[in-house]
Amino acid sequence: MPNADDFLELFFTECDELLDSVATGLRAMDDGSYDMETVHAVFRGVHSMKGGAAAFGLTALVAFAHKFETALDLLRSNALDLTPQVMAVFHRCSDCLADLVEAARREDSSDHAQMQELLDELGKLIGSQEEPEDQIVFVPMAMNMSDITPILSQDSYAISLQPDTDLYRTGNDPAALIKALEKLGTTHVTLNADQVPVLADWSRDQPGLKWDIDFRTDAPEHEIESVFEFVEDCCKLSITAVDQSEAQGDCDIIRPSAAAGHGPHETRLTSDPVSAADTGGPETAGPRPAPGTEARAQVSSAKAAETAFNVTIRVGLDRVDRLMNMIGELVIKEAMLTQVIQAAGLTKEPEVAGALDGLRQLAGEIQESVMAIRAQPLKQVFQRMHRIVREAADATGKQVRVVTQGEQTEVDKTMIERLIEPLTHMIRNSVDHGLEDAVTRQRNGKPLEGVITLSAAHKSGRVQIEVSDDGGGINRTRVRQIAEEKGLVTLGASLTPGEIDSLLFLPGFSSKTEVSALSGRGVGLDVVRREITALGGRVMISSSEGNGTTFTITLPLTLAVLEGMLIQLNDQTMILPITAVLETLRPDQATLCRIGRSGRALQNRGELIPILDLACHFGVRQEPARVEDSVLIVVEADNRKRAAFQVDAIFDQRQVVIKSLEENYGRVPGVSAATILGDGKIALIIDPEELIQTSTSDPNRERIALVANG
Amino acid sequence: MIHNTLGKHDVVVFKLADQDFCINIGLVREIRGWSPTTMLPHAPDYVRGVINLRGSVVTVVDLSARLGFGKSEPTHRHVVIIAMHEGRIVGLLADLVSDIVSISDDSIQAVPDIAADPSQEFISGMITFEDGRILRKIDLEQLLPDPARTGN
Repeated sequence: MPNADDFLELFFTECDELLDSVATGLRAMDDGSYDMETVHAVFRGVHSMKGGAAAFGLTALVAFAHKFETALDLLRSNALDLTPQVMAVFHRCSDCLADLVEAARREDSSDHAQMQELLDELGKLIGSQEEPEDQIVFVPMAMNMSDITPILSQDSYAISLQPDTDLYRTGNDPAALIKALEKLGTTHVTLNADQVPVLADWSRDQPGLKWDIDFRTDAPEHEIESVFEFVEDCCKLSITAVDQSEAQGDCDIIRPSAAAGHGPHETRLTSDPVSAADTGGPETAGPRPAPGTEARAQVSSAKAAETAFNVTIRVGLDRVDRLMNMIGELVIKEAMLTQVIQAAGLTKEPEVAGALDGLRQLAGEIQESVMAIRAQPLKQVFQRMHRIVREAADATGKQVRVVTQGEQTEVDKTMIERLIEPLTHMIRNSVDHGLEDAVTRQRNGKPLEGVITLSAAHKSGRVQIEVSDDGGGINRTRVRQIAEEKGLVTLGASLTPGEIDSLLFLPGFSSKTEVSALSGRGVGLDVVRREITALGGRVMISSSEGNGTTFTITLPLTLAVLEGMLIQLNDQTMILPITAVLETLRPDQATLCRIGRSGRALQNRGELIPILDLACHFGVRQEPARVEDSVLIVVEADNRKRAAFQVDAIFDQRQVVIKSLEENYGRVPGVSAATILGDGKIALIIDPEELIQTSTSDPNRERIALVANG
Repeated sequence: MIHNTLGKHDVVVFKLADQDFCINIGLVREIRGWSPTTMLPHAPDYVRGVINLRGSVVTVVDLSARLGFGKSEPTHRHVVIIAMHEGRIVGLLADLVSDIVSISDDSIQAVPDIAADPSQEFISGMITFEDGRILRKIDLEQLLPDPARTGN
């Protein structure tokens, strides 16, 4: 039996979802693109949290949610105008609610100064309208979370059912349907025979019978719908929720115009809504909606799709990971099988080739599907960024608006978690350093409100995320000056604008003269870069004077697979991640340069790059091979240090499944992980970053660096 | 004869340089033929490399090198004993597996104090039989490369 802690954990998970929907709703209200349903949704979210919190005795949360809910209720009943000030309070309330939930999760009962402040503001909003009896004392009681929303008294519905010929033809019986309804609640059925023609005109193809049912039930609406599930295509059906007050004695025909008035509660099951013109005469079969209704129906169905409850199941990540592992195995086994069959010379057989192709395709599809399970929309990350921007804007006193695009872009679950920190940092950086203050903006003829755009998209098998501001752009002279002062670049070195921009990513670079509370925390953009690189991604920066700065992050779709170059070192095959590779080349005698007894460097585009013989470094070969006979791969580390890796050959480039070495052995210097090749052998994945860092701290290499500078 | 009564347990017997060694059968997952390994850079000389065991990366330890008999030259007749120890899987390269025998706990004797032989620290006990056969019981924990130490 699950214990109380399990329920609490469930409650917190639900809270996360509810907070999410509250924040989304509030943002919709921001845009002005909202209707009453949005307000209802926000209200319901807050209300559900309050209910759950009460069950667990989380008093602070209950008290705050209650006040928040009261204010929202006023909005619902039009007793409160939605001014930008009110909106701002609501946003802060939603943030505070998130904080309270988080505090409750950590069992941190410390007082929230912010909460008290917000409670006062809410109090002002609510003003005298609040009735004393609203202060309900919540008695903790056991309740099922999923039942919170539908705790309602009996609802009234007006159902009208007009069967088409098909309903009779398919052997359905209206009486049976009405009987099924009776099981759910009480019915009051009226037969409406207005449309039945006189006997002389009667035709079997035009049944005119219609039933109006006044229905009371405590069953949720979808259960009512399910009664008609099998006949919805062959009848005209409307189920309309009726307010208790007006339901009394009102079992008249529900006209579409009246039904539309009920807006959110209305559910139409037919694809051809009964339009006013059609109700007059006998029906002809087939959908024939008026153009206007169709458009409306599309809008409402799009809306419904958005707000519809996502049919999801919660599965532990470990289970998905296990599945993922096994799929990896399957792909490897498939490759092995292919090789064995090739070796046996059976590939010419059309049947074998066909079956093998089928297997390969299937394995690939399964792999993609499982990756899709792990994939999550970036929405959850972007959601959080709204708050970060709000807080950053408050701290700097700037007016900032966030625009998000492509929130539905999906990336691997593990990646989502690890993206939050670097993105937070970049957003803060953009608000603090990117956007100008109000005075400067006004002088430059820009709107006072700065815009931060957060967008995501899939581009050529990778995910691209952009953070851009419409600020002043990078002050390159200033950046250069600072970099020179701090000794990060040589004085007077020739740098392209792009190179100057990337100086921002160097460790120890902080351009703002005064350290601000917000982003001047000694953590620079170098951290962002390091974290993104750890995810197998890259960060780029582009800026145009006066028009703003854009940070572009590109990420692999998953952390489980890596695009690698297969390289040959004596008798061993190793993998070099493609992300670090700048170029590959066959060295020319003229471009090589000896330094001392064993040091070697490559002259490449005016730069001297130290050569590292990987075979010797990894101990695969004792005697160094001739550089002239080898292939050189120029790689770059995060700090823009470069090295040329000397390998025997490059023979392929492919996606490899990453396997941990640490699980059964331990860490190997210069190696990040292992993978399994098509022949079932293990190949090590090289960590170019570590190799460059360690090899260039070698005394030999330092001499090369000196030569390069002189 | 394999039966597990109190105070008895089964061991897998294998040969290394004409000496009989054994390991508790509970630790052994499977026994496979030798297959070429992928070398690990900067690894101690007794670490043969890694092999693919149905998708897991498994380290193969050359028992002969570890016990001081010198590096073995594995052929297809050599075996790799796959053992599980504290959640880690390891392969042990041996000349051949000869037997599974049941030994009683009280038949295990302490290792005579022969200083300066590298094998000593990896053997936890000796079992002598009436026919003169002697089994040396391997202490897996001592044998394995220390994960903390391979980090440097």
